[in-house]
Amino acid sequence: MVDKTLELFDCGHRACGGCGAALAARMVTKAAGTNTIVVSSTGCMEVFSTPYPETAWKVPWIHSLFENAAAVASGIEASLKKQGRNEKVVIMAGDGATFDIGMICISGAFERGHDFTYICYDNEAYMNTGIQRSGATPYDASTTTSPAGKCSFGNKRPKKDMPQILAAHGSPYVATTSIAYPADLMQKVEKAINTRGPCYVQIHAPCCTGWGFEGEQTIAIAKLAIETGLWVNYEMVEGKVVKAKKVVRKPVEEYLKTQKRFRHLFKPTRQDAEIAAIQAIADRNAEKYGIDIKLRKE
Amino acid sequence: MTLAVGCRARPGKSRDNKTGSWRVFRPVFDKEKCTKCGLCITLCPEGCISETEDEFVIPDYTYCKGCGICAKECPGKGIGMLQEEK
Ligand SMILES: Cc1ncc(C[n+]2csc(CCOP(=O)(O)OP(=O)(O)O)c2C)c(N)n1
Ligand code: SF4
Ligand code: SF4
Ligand code: SF4
Ligand SMILES: [Mg+2]
Repeated sequence: MVDKTLELFDCGHRACGGCGAALAARMVTKAAGTNTIVVSSTGCMEVFSTPYPETAWKVPWIHSLFENAAAVASGIEASLKKQGRNEKVVIMAGDGATFDIGMICISGAFERGHDFTYICYDNEAYMNTGIQRSGATPYDASTTTSPAGKCSFGNKRPKKDMPQILAAHGSPYVATTSIAYPADLMQKVEKAINTRGPCYVQIHAPCCTGWGFEGEQTIAIAKLAIETGLWVNYEMVEGKVVKAKKVVRKPVEEYLKTQKRFRHLFKPTRQDAEIAAIQAIADRNAEKYGIDIKLRKE
Repeated sequence: MTLAVGCRARPGKSRDNKTGSWRVFRPVFDKEKCTKCGLCITLCPEGCISETEDEFVIPDYTYCKGCGICAKECPGKGIGMLQEEK
């Protein structure tokens, strides 16, 4: 059972006020407990938690490079095994580190079958270096490398299906969750850690600075992502979806309107075709994961 | 600055950095409206809210950045955000 009073991610870290990733770090370490070694990739969480000689971590923590957290964790896990030790190895990496540059190390580590939990805190762009798009950036989001303007509505490509990729590697447990649902998040992290083999948890972690909203809205926006079907919380066991959070879906507009990265879809003129394209993404998600709660007909 | 071997640092050394100085708005908790649900404790990205001896909740203003998540999410609307006077 998760001890909710446990605080292993301390005060004094330098994340923006209202940072979703900082909250994710707090909840993940609560769920993981004291017998844990955390490996971080370069990115916001690494930078805001450990400006030398300070550290917010109260469990052993290591950072090497942007691209190699899965390789570092592999080495640690192999060494612990050889020594007969039982610490749990948990990786905390951003979406850029996970979806893009870390892919080779991740693929190798999952193939080798290390016993670790890989957690991606997904803020849907490279935030630490100034909001560049990643493979996790959603369709039409404006970033500094996919700017909306006269010739473009922002990021042209849909979000990469990372959970599916890792399920295809034979991962025994893959889950998606969100900081807006703390109990769900902590339960999934705990389950991943207690499942043998390489497990993956992807956490939706809104970023007020990169997405353009006030810090107080972080939880509300994370909830709207779920309520519109643009983010689905689900679990995959041995490659099969076994559970997905059901919702009475709201139109995607309610989510898009809250963030500056989608402002060009409403101003100066409303872009009906683009909004419809994003609604179609939510509709496909709803169909694929069966999340719609059907209300009784009048 | 001299670096320790492996650039290691003492756990929780970040407490040296008093992030409360960042605050523009201060969350003020209304005891009357609080149902002690604990949601603000769970959702604070700083982890700086805790229960007091008389089971009321209170943020540590040494670290509270004034993000406003607690005020926005409190089910009883028991937290107000007041501008800091500097
Ligand atoms: C090989 C290499 N390329 C580029 C960088 C610069 N860099 C540091 S963090 C970062 C982006 C991190 O993005 P993400 O993993 O999504 O984490 P976030 O900052 O969004 O939390 C980049 C490009 C680097 N450190 N190393
Ligand atoms: S830029 Fe975003 S992810 Fe980075 S510290 Fe600020 S809110 Fe958190
Ligand atoms: S969220 Fe509001 S009601 Fe709940 S414990 Fe905090 S102050 Fe009290
Ligand atoms: S304003 Fe933000 S940092 Fe301060 S106590 Fe509330 S949630 Fe925590
Ligand atoms: Mg990112």
